[in-house]
Amino acid sequence: MDKSKEEIRQRLGHSEPTSTENIELELLLQAIFLQYGYDFRNYSRAHIKRRVLHRLVQSGLKSISELQHKILHDPLCFDALIRDFSINVTEMFRNPAFYKSMRKNVIPILKTYPFLKIWHAGCSTGEEVYSFAILLKEEGLYDRTQIYATDFNTHVIQKAKTGIYPIKNIKEYTANYQQAGGHYSFSDYYHANNDSVIFDQSLKKQIVFAAHNLVTDGVFAEVNMIICRNVLIYFNRELQDQVLHLFDDSLVKGGFLGLGTKETLQFSPIASKYKTVDSKVKIFKKKIE
Amino acid sequence: MNSHPKYRAVVIGASAGGLMALKKLLPALPVDFPCPVLIVQHISPMSDNYMSRMLDAASNIRVKEADEKEKLAAGVVYIAPPDYHLLVEADETLSLSADDKVNYSRPSIDVLFETAADTFGSQLVGIVLTGANADGAEGLLAIKKAGGYTLVQDPDDAESPAMPLAAIQLVKPHSILSLREVIRLLLKPGFILPPK
Repeated sequence: MDKSKEEIRQRLGHSEPTSTENIELELLLQAIFLQYGYDFRNYSRAHIKRRVLHRLVQSGLKSISELQHKILHDPLCFDALIRDFSINVTEMFRNPAFYKSMRKNVIPILKTYPFLKIWHAGCSTGEEVYSFAILLKEEGLYDRTQIYATDFNTHVIQKAKTGIYPIKNIKEYTANYQQAGGHYSFSDYYHANNDSVIFDQSLKKQIVFAAHNLVTDGVFAEVNMIICRNVLIYFNRELQDQVLHLFDDSLVKGGFLGLGTKETLQFSPIASKYKTVDSKVKIFKKKIE
Repeated sequence: MNSHPKYRAVVIGASAGGLMALKKLLPALPVDFPCPVLIVQHISPMSDNYMSRMLDAASNIRVKEADEKEKLAAGVVYIAPPDYHLLVEADETLSLSADDKVNYSRPSIDVLFETAADTFGSQLVGIVLTGANADGAEGLLAIKKAGGYTLVQDPDDAESPAMPLAAIQLVKPHSILSLREVIRLLLKPGFILPPK
């Protein structure tokens, strides 16, 4: 192996000799960053590679280098790839236990506030944002809450704004809603229209949908709670720490942080500033000191 | 088969009937088994980490639910958590993903096998056990293409033969063995490369 290849290998922490494909991938991510400003270099490489290879098959190209050429010269091709990169798998009241715990452990404290701000970071197509809006309504908190729902992917933000979802999932969502401790009938919150369900437009009243990139953008508000579930798992440790610092800077003292089931603060540099509210569904509270 | 010890990691995929198979296989592994073992067992997304705890209690070797960013270690069995894909990174750490289902499954065997093949290349053993679908066949093919060792449970020995049959048909694996023979092979001195 020549020297430059060995250097890349060591830098990437590879135990196997770096394949040409991995070098091409590194160069592709660099090209995307320089051309479009989106930085995926600190994303989980295994995940990104699967998505790139998927795009390669879809576009009928032979190598990542060919794809890089196309991406540099064709914004539409980049657009397709960026849709592949963002994870848009979500559902209403996903992990009902999370919402149940929120009702039990967090809402009673939020009720003591005259006004509150909640940030859904990496909200994707918005299912969890509307779920939380419903929960806030049922708990009598909605009208004094400002909700920010952000994602780097502007396509999913557009979708989230509509509040319209395929009807095929509604049975599952209804079961989730009930398990999450829903007070009423889930059908109170939407009406069906052909293959879609349209959620109650009044749920949007307090929600601001906006593009925000956790990797490259900074603090935009001081909030009482951040919900960011199954986003950090796609980042490497370094980027996770960077984003957790961003969250820490955005949270008021005594504020809450809700993460995904397999995400934790445990090994992060901000861990000591937080106490665990629910270790199973990963809800943390910033200490008041 | 190559008589020189060369394998550094084992990946196993199982679906219907897999829990019973793992309850036989894992207790047969010694506490100092010389490499990491990674497992995708199809399981309900609503389940907790009961399966990992139960298999750990039944085995000498340490069995745990995989955590993200965890560094792989010899003598540890990592089980994919319910509702997450398990991926191996080039630096031999683990990643989780809540990405789309693959073969109607999350976790998917193909996702684990393909990323593990990418990292361990010819030093990987892939095993497809009992199951009622076709997940794992593409992944096992990726392992074979990368020069790894491919092994499928004998369909006659499997509680559900469909998954082994699908893998056999697509991959033409190096061996088709009963569960008992799988265990014997894994324990054969020199089959697994001792850790550095």
